[in-house]
Amino acid sequence: MVNSEASQVKIKARKVTVHYGDARALHGIDLDLNANEVTALIGPSGCGKSTFLRCINRMNDVIEGCRVGGAVSIDDQNIYSDEIDVVELRARVGMVFQKPNPFPKSIYDNVAYGPRIHGMASSRAQLDAVVESSLKRAGLWEEVKDRLDAPGTGLSGGQQQRLCIARAIAVNPAIVLMDEPCSALDPIATAVIEELIEELRRDYTIVIVTHSMQQAARISQRTAYFHLGNLVEHGPTQAIFTNPENQQTEAYISGKIG
Amino acid sequence: MNENHIVSSFDEDLAELNQLVARLGGLAEQQLAAAVDALENRDASSIDKIIAGDAELDQLEQDLNDRAIEVIAMRAPMATDLRSILSAVKIATVLERVGDYSKNIAKRSLVIINEETNRAETISLARIADIVQGMLRQALDAYATANADLAMEVWERDEEVDELYTSLHSDLLRVIASGHEQASVSSHFLFIAKNIERIGDHTTAVAEQVYFQVHGEMPPEERPKADASSQIGESD
Repeated sequence: MVNSEASQVKIKARKVTVHYGDARALHGIDLDLNANEVTALIGPSGCGKSTFLRCINRMNDVIEGCRVGGAVSIDDQNIYSDEIDVVELRARVGMVFQKPNPFPKSIYDNVAYGPRIHGMASSRAQLDAVVESSLKRAGLWEEVKDRLDAPGTGLSGGQQQRLCIARAIAVNPAIVLMDEPCSALDPIATAVIEELIEELRRDYTIVIVTHSMQQAARISQRTAYFHLGNLVEHGPTQAIFTNPENQQTEAYISGKIG
Repeated sequence: MNENHIVSSFDEDLAELNQLVARLGGLAEQQLAAAVDALENRDASSIDKIIAGDAELDQLEQDLNDRAIEVIAMRAPMATDLRSILSAVKIATVLERVGDYSKNIAKRSLVIINEETNRAETISLARIADIVQGMLRQALDAYATANADLAMEVWERDEEVDELYTSLHSDLLRVIASGHEQASVSSHFLFIAKNIERIGDHTTAVAEQVYFQVHGEMPPEERPKADASSQIGESD
């Protein structure tokens, strides 16, 4: 599954630390994430995996008292340097959250929101095309093409989540971060999203936080196990789930520590 | 890994599979011992029981397969847990085969039970049977205690079995080739010896599974192979 020849490092984290006030949440993470791969971040609650995820698009900046140290670079550019435009960064690094959070707007406007504020479409026809292609890539087009004016919040949970994915990819990001994107969905909607993730990785680098070991095993090429703010083990997913090197990883994936 | 699962019934499921393997192992050992005893003591009285006992082994293997499928489906095991279930299934298959060979030994013993066999050959066969029984016991102990080092000792002991078998094989072939009146008995004897030698091979497969379960990979090198009987058969 992991094609080492083709894999190219997209995101490079070096000595990444995060403090919330005086509490240190990450203790110096070194991690390379490959382009066009799905990397799953796993670990018990409070292990730092979501904190790490939020370092990749500087979402931690908006949390009061949060300090990030070390460096995270995307395509060898440090995203914590002063020249970085954070708004532009968040267009390059899209994010999908645990609970589907469509804007209280129409399906169309949800997807068109990003391209509009980033000035990515110069005509209505161009915007229509972006909305259509984004909904198609998110696997939602056939289900909503006849009711684009209907409110996004009226869709089912699984559809809402795909709408959020369409919204994230409408601004043409390089990376999509997903923080437990299926934990509020039923198994069918989950399977649809998982299938979608597999398709999306052709165009995007995907980093997903999940509490489901089976989901990590099903959809990711690499898995990173976090525990108490440290990266314990990182490797090809099939190795992590069949024969992990670290005893702590083994205990976690086998359901021996909570 | 001594830690228990948070869901304790998962531990119970795994323990149950281990117990099923232990029961299968005990039964396979019994069947082999009974077959060897029947042959060595020229005692036909236990042979029907051995043949009937094989059906019990078959059923037990089936039960273990069914339980293993349920545990995999219900628990979605990972890493060591997954390997131990897979090993249990594979070892059960091997033990069922040991039972088949034991049954075959018993059936052939019945044919030659009233015949004279050469004393040296009988002693040689008893020696092979003794080693193989010891190997089987040790392999099952290695499984029960998840001891990969012990398992590898079993693996290595098979070399001795192969050497003894190769030697016995050529002795028996000589008798068969001579057209001696004992040729028919010797051919049965040869098959019995082959069955016991095959049980030795299967026992090494149990040992390999124990190693795999512990280390997550198969043993590093090819097992030393000393059974040259196939080459001898061709050149003779």
